[in-house]
Amino acid sequence: MTSIFDNFKLRAEAVSAEVHRFPHKTAALTFIVQYLQEAGVADSPQSYAVWADCPFLRGVNQERLTKQVPGLSFAVTRERAAASKVGISQLDWAMANTGSLIQDAAPVDRRLVSTLPSIHIAIVETNRLLPDMPAVFSKIRPEQTNYISFITGPSRTADIERVLTIGVHGPEKLIIVFVDDMAGVN
Amino acid sequence: MRKEFRESINTALHNPNLTGALGRFSEAYRISREKAYEGIDFEAVRTQIAERKGYAASHLDELAERFTQQAEARGAKVFRTDDPAKVREYILELAQRNDVKSIVKSKSMASEEIHLNPYLEKAGIEVRETDLGEWIVQLAKQTPSHMVMPAIHMTKEEVAEVFSQEVEAGQMPDIPKLVKFARGKLRTKFLSAGMGITGANIAVAETGSLVIITNEGNARLVTTLPRIHVAIVGIEKLMSDFADVVPVLTALPRSATAQLLTSYVSIISGPVPNTDGSPKQLHIILMDNRRTEMSQDPKFKQALQCIRCASCLNVCPVFRLVGGHVFGKIYTGGIGTILTAWFDALKSSDEIQSLCIQCGNCTQMCPGKIDIPGLILELRRRLAVEKGQTVAQKAIFSVVNNRKLFHSMLRTASLVQKPLAKDGFIRHLPFFLSDMTEFRSLPAIADVPFRDKFKQIEQPKQKEKAAFYSGCLIDFAYPEMGEAVVKILNRAGIEVIFPEGQTCCGAPARFSGAYEVAAQNASDNIKALLKQDVEYVISACPTCTVALKHDFIANFESLGQTESLPRARELAEKVVDFSTLVKKLVDEGRLTFKEGQQLGKVTYHDSCHLKRTLNVSQQPRELLTKAGYEISEMYEADMCCGMGGSYSMKLPEISAPILERKLKNIKETGAPLVVMDCPGCVMQIRGGIDKDGAEIKVEHTAQRLADELE
Repeated sequence: MTSIFDNFKLRAEAVSAEVHRFPHKTAALTFIVQYLQEAGVADSPQSYAVWADCPFLRGVNQERLTKQVPGLSFAVTRERAAASKVGISQLDWAMANTGSLIQDAAPVDRRLVSTLPSIHIAIVETNRLLPDMPAVFSKIRPEQTNYISFITGPSRTADIERVLTIGVHGPEKLIIVFVDDMAGVN
Repeated sequence: MRKEFRESINTALHNPNLTGALGRFSEAYRISREKAYEGIDFEAVRTQIAERKGYAASHLDELAERFTQQAEARGAKVFRTDDPAKVREYILELAQRNDVKSIVKSKSMASEEIHLNPYLEKAGIEVRETDLGEWIVQLAKQTPSHMVMPAIHMTKEEVAEVFSQEVEAGQMPDIPKLVKFARGKLRTKFLSAGMGITGANIAVAETGSLVIITNEGNARLVTTLPRIHVAIVGIEKLMSDFADVVPVLTALPRSATAQLLTSYVSIISGPVPNTDGSPKQLHIILMDNRRTEMSQDPKFKQALQCIRCASCLNVCPVFRLVGGHVFGKIYTGGIGTILTAWFDALKSSDEIQSLCIQCGNCTQMCPGKIDIPGLILELRRRLAVEKGQTVAQKAIFSVVNNRKLFHSMLRTASLVQKPLAKDGFIRHLPFFLSDMTEFRSLPAIADVPFRDKFKQIEQPKQKEKAAFYSGCLIDFAYPEMGEAVVKILNRAGIEVIFPEGQTCCGAPARFSGAYEVAAQNASDNIKALLKQDVEYVISACPTCTVALKHDFIANFESLGQTESLPRARELAEKVVDFSTLVKKLVDEGRLTFKEGQQLGKVTYHDSCHLKRTLNVSQQPRELLTKAGYEISEMYEADMCCGMGGSYSMKLPEISAPILERKLKNIKETGAPLVVMDCPGCVMQIRGGIDKDGAEIKVEHTAQRLADELE
């Protein structure tokens, strides 16, 4: 029997997302920092990175992170996001049978970092994995938030000759980072 | 049919980019759609959608009110109107009041329905479509050719040319580069626009939520970057409960693009903060434009169950040949024909409704369970009532209904055509009739019709009797099929009677919208067929079987002739198609095939009405297998052969390429024999094989089985 995580991974990879899983926050953070460095994030327009405020950041030394990754910013503005290569945010739920992520996206910074940059790193707690849409719909509360987003893979189109092309208006890469234990601090 | 319409069909048929792209897509679609539905009970999901959307369609007013309350309580402004002009004015006024110079749009068919873009542009506001396909079509000053894939008719070369001419010179026909180019150009539009316009896939009354799905992510930008968000929502998008979203979100991406889910789903339930922290203006326009009127029409109410997936386009044998432009309006294909008749005008559907061949493929795929061909027939009927029948039509029906006259005319014709007919085929007809024989030969009219041949057949007297309903083709062109049926039933100990009073089944009249004529046919046949007490009424023509079993009743119902219903139902009880009855007789041990025969390969063609209305497809295959044949399935075995009764005569230019595909699929099996249950399909396919010259026999299942019984 495949686990719910394996099922998610299979579905998400089938729609061109990358899926990683780490036992604790420290390992996930190491991965993200390394990813940002390798992706060429730098302190110049079009190479910035923006990180929307999220529970993952609690207890994380943001100052140290910006020293490790010049160009990384936690103050998300429209201009900064539009000039960023990578956006990072945390999502609330993952839906296994379609490989989707779900988020209360009412705060605008959460949408800016996941729409404007060409790479979106999406953090999600492993225990937030749900099997399917009915399970997700029993959790989400439209009466409590004005904007709920479902994200399934990177932005795509097949509008020219039906050839699948990744990255039209949204990110061309979606990197999903599962964290089993959110408690660990760096 | 106007010359312009015929010309637009011919232009489409001779556009290899269009027919190639649509043809390849329709083939891939069937497979990928099925894969996307793996593990999902499609019937259960669509039953749920039909039920929930059906509920909404009967409570539009109530849901609109509840939606308005909920959304306004959350801070949205809701504007409800019946009038497309008011929608346009509202948006223009809003734009002007807020000093909006440019607008970005994500796909909204409702906005196209009311021609919003030219209206705003005329007022000096820049309007940009941001869905890639819609943008291409907008730049090229064309209309979408498909509801989900608006630019499917264009090649990358054409797209590059449009971009080079309209945006920036020097674009190369390289798809990833073209997409990147669009991303860059539209990004600046997103960032500078003062207003964003979207449609909505669902509007939830319970929570005042809009559900918007896209793959490109443009709707997320349209609803995030500009300070004002306007959503134009046709009121048929309303659903009662938040939980109703689940079945629609389950089916829509799978049926539309064979995806498990689109890349993005946004559920917006009120204004969100702008990027500068100010609250966004959220305006939701609930647009009626005859939808309420539609919901009050007992026949057309079900069309409001449409979720705009376009699967009826994708599986349509006609759409994949002609594409969307021939429809001339924003909504295309089967459902588009119906929506155009309502949102535009009934007369706008006059020509396009004739494109439907009534094969029923779409009804199996529709997530809203809409009887699209049935509704198109209803349009045809209403148009016929409005226009009245032409003199020619009247003349034809009066001949067809007078069996004696029809016989003698056909017999006379069969004598006249003698010089044209050779070994049972007419290969060329002179003058204006030549279109009919250009792509397939027609059967020569039999010297002796079945009703006369029948009298010569000697049958042992039996207690168990079956009445045989021959239909026109078996009677006049293929009496040997009727003889085979009699032979088989006799072998099972059933005596066949041929009620002389039987007449045309009414399908030609019904398919032309002449319901009164069809009802007269029904009455005459019921009287003839119920005259003598029989166990079964058997027909070897699925179209006739459907008429006898279902359409007589439907006809009387739609004309309000309720007094005729009991007898029609009595007849329907007894009616059975050939393969179903014979399979039953074999199962009961009353018929047995010769022992241990190895008869070689055969391929079976599913006739539209047999497979999709009578749900019969395994019975003939099992019978052929039991007789000793090895079935070699052809590709798209249940796709229409292009006959469609008089369709092949009205639109031979479409019928021919449909047949061509069928012949190719038959030939690819390598079987020397193709069998089917419908004399109409035999006429079409046999005629096509004859013209083609292939060494393949085309036969009715009855003929194939008659000699293989013990």
